[in-house]
Amino acid sequence: MAHAPHPDVLRVTNLTKSFGEVRAVDGVSFRVGRNEIVGLLGPNGAGKTTTINMVLGVLAPSTGAIEIEGVDLLAHRSVALERTNFAAVYSALPGNLTVSENLRIFGMLYGVRDLAARIEALITQYDLQHLRDTKCGLLSSGEQTRVGLAKAMLNRPQLLLLDEPTASLDPSSAREIRARLRASVADGTGGVLWTSHNMHEVAEVCDRVLFLSRGRILLEGNPRTLPEEHGKADLEELFITVAREPLTLAQG
Amino acid sequence: MRRERVAAIILRQFYLIRGSMSRVLPLFVWVVIDVVLWGFITRYLGTVSMPGVNFVASLLGAVLLWDFLTRVMQGVTMAFFEDVWSRNFLNLFSTPIRISEYLTGLVLSSIATSTIGLATMALVASLVFHLTFATYGWMLVPYLGVLFLFGIALGVFGATIVLRLGPAAEWFVWPIPAVAAPFAGVFYPVATLPRWMQGISYALPPSHVFEGLRAIVAGRAPSPVGLAWGAVLAAGYLLLACWGFARVYRYGVRTGLIARYSAESVT
Repeated sequence: MAHAPHPDVLRVTNLTKSFGEVRAVDGVSFRVGRNEIVGLLGPNGAGKTTTINMVLGVLAPSTGAIEIEGVDLLAHRSVALERTNFAAVYSALPGNLTVSENLRIFGMLYGVRDLAARIEALITQYDLQHLRDTKCGLLSSGEQTRVGLAKAMLNRPQLLLLDEPTASLDPSSAREIRARLRASVADGTGGVLWTSHNMHEVAEVCDRVLFLSRGRILLEGNPRTLPEEHGKADLEELFITVAREPLTLAQG
Repeated sequence: MRRERVAAIILRQFYLIRGSMSRVLPLFVWVVIDVVLWGFITRYLGTVSMPGVNFVASLLGAVLLWDFLTRVMQGVTMAFFEDVWSRNFLNLFSTPIRISEYLTGLVLSSIATSTIGLATMALVASLVFHLTFATYGWMLVPYLGVLFLFGIALGVFGATIVLRLGPAAEWFVWPIPAVAAPFAGVFYPVATLPRWMQGISYALPPSHVFEGLRAIVAGRAPSPVGLAWGAVLAAGYLLLACWGFARVYRYGVRTGLIARYSAESVT
């Protein structure tokens, strides 16, 4: 009998991470549903990347639980990570390998079936045909971003983590990538956790946003209605308030 | 263990070597230089010593086998350093790969590269200096096995040091064979050493290998106990090194060392 898919692609419960006396993430709980893009927002040092690193399994939480499609990441790391992938502006693929070599190696690491065809499809989809035999270290930052996104889609991840995925792209390419990712989420069964400092992008792409401040979730809601609910003109103004005066929101 | 993930690590190493002369040449060049240097030294020693001493088999052979161990170790550390140099830890360790699969990939990469080095050494030593490994008989096979296991153990130990202390610590790794060589009885019998050095020497698997090889060259029977002890020690060191690597990896996941790995963050 086939099992019904787990309703959430990601469930994070009471997640905490301390580095000595510093509590970088402090009791965070949230979920990412299927066909949903959730924005993880907050000023520098709020705990976004620490949270993402814990979901990626490269940083162990001090306390709390992470489930990816119902699989406990801490207990079954390898099984959970088969359903995950990520792209981050600060984590370029090895520059001493070509685009197609990198995609082949990461495809093998993620156990992608029919890998050659999958690589071809992604190379076409991300407009990398002319760069397939170019070493990644020679690519522009925008091209490297596209290769990173192609790698992130290799295993058709149920949970996709994107840390400022369009930061290095020109506005036209960024819009195209956003549209492609939205279509991919709408057509598939997975979900996305997306961080960005571009509030226009967040408002365009995300179904729901979480505002992190000092390791805690301060606000959660629809990015298109949340600013008005807190008396702000737009998401950017709300972001600035979270960054400068988080207590006014916490008390409100 | 998933074979495909292990194969990915090997394939990565193949791609890197294939695309770079600076990675291809070291597989051959240092080996050939060592053979030529020690070949002429042994030839000279043969002319000034008493007749009947086979310097080619005892000294040149030992140098080449020590070189083999060094290549095996460097095969593991070089494959690991590729991930350090390309700052690939976040990409790599956020995939489903297990530490056992990663280490197996590094070891199999090292087998491929060190085999090329061993074949080159054997060819040059045989053609130019008439060294034949047949002199050692079938015992060479288990002796090579012991050296191989210990070379892998040293390689994993070196990778563990760099994982824990950061990229700059690779300079602790390169001299490891040079530091071990005086204790390992490569160039002289262990009995030549002072008592305190002999204690360390007998705890090193290569000492038992080189004592056995010297016995064969001198026409005596090699000690089966020495071989067994060398094999047990080498296997033990390998298990210890893998355990140490896994422990440091877990420490790195706990402290954030893996996620933020760079010279600035860990040293």
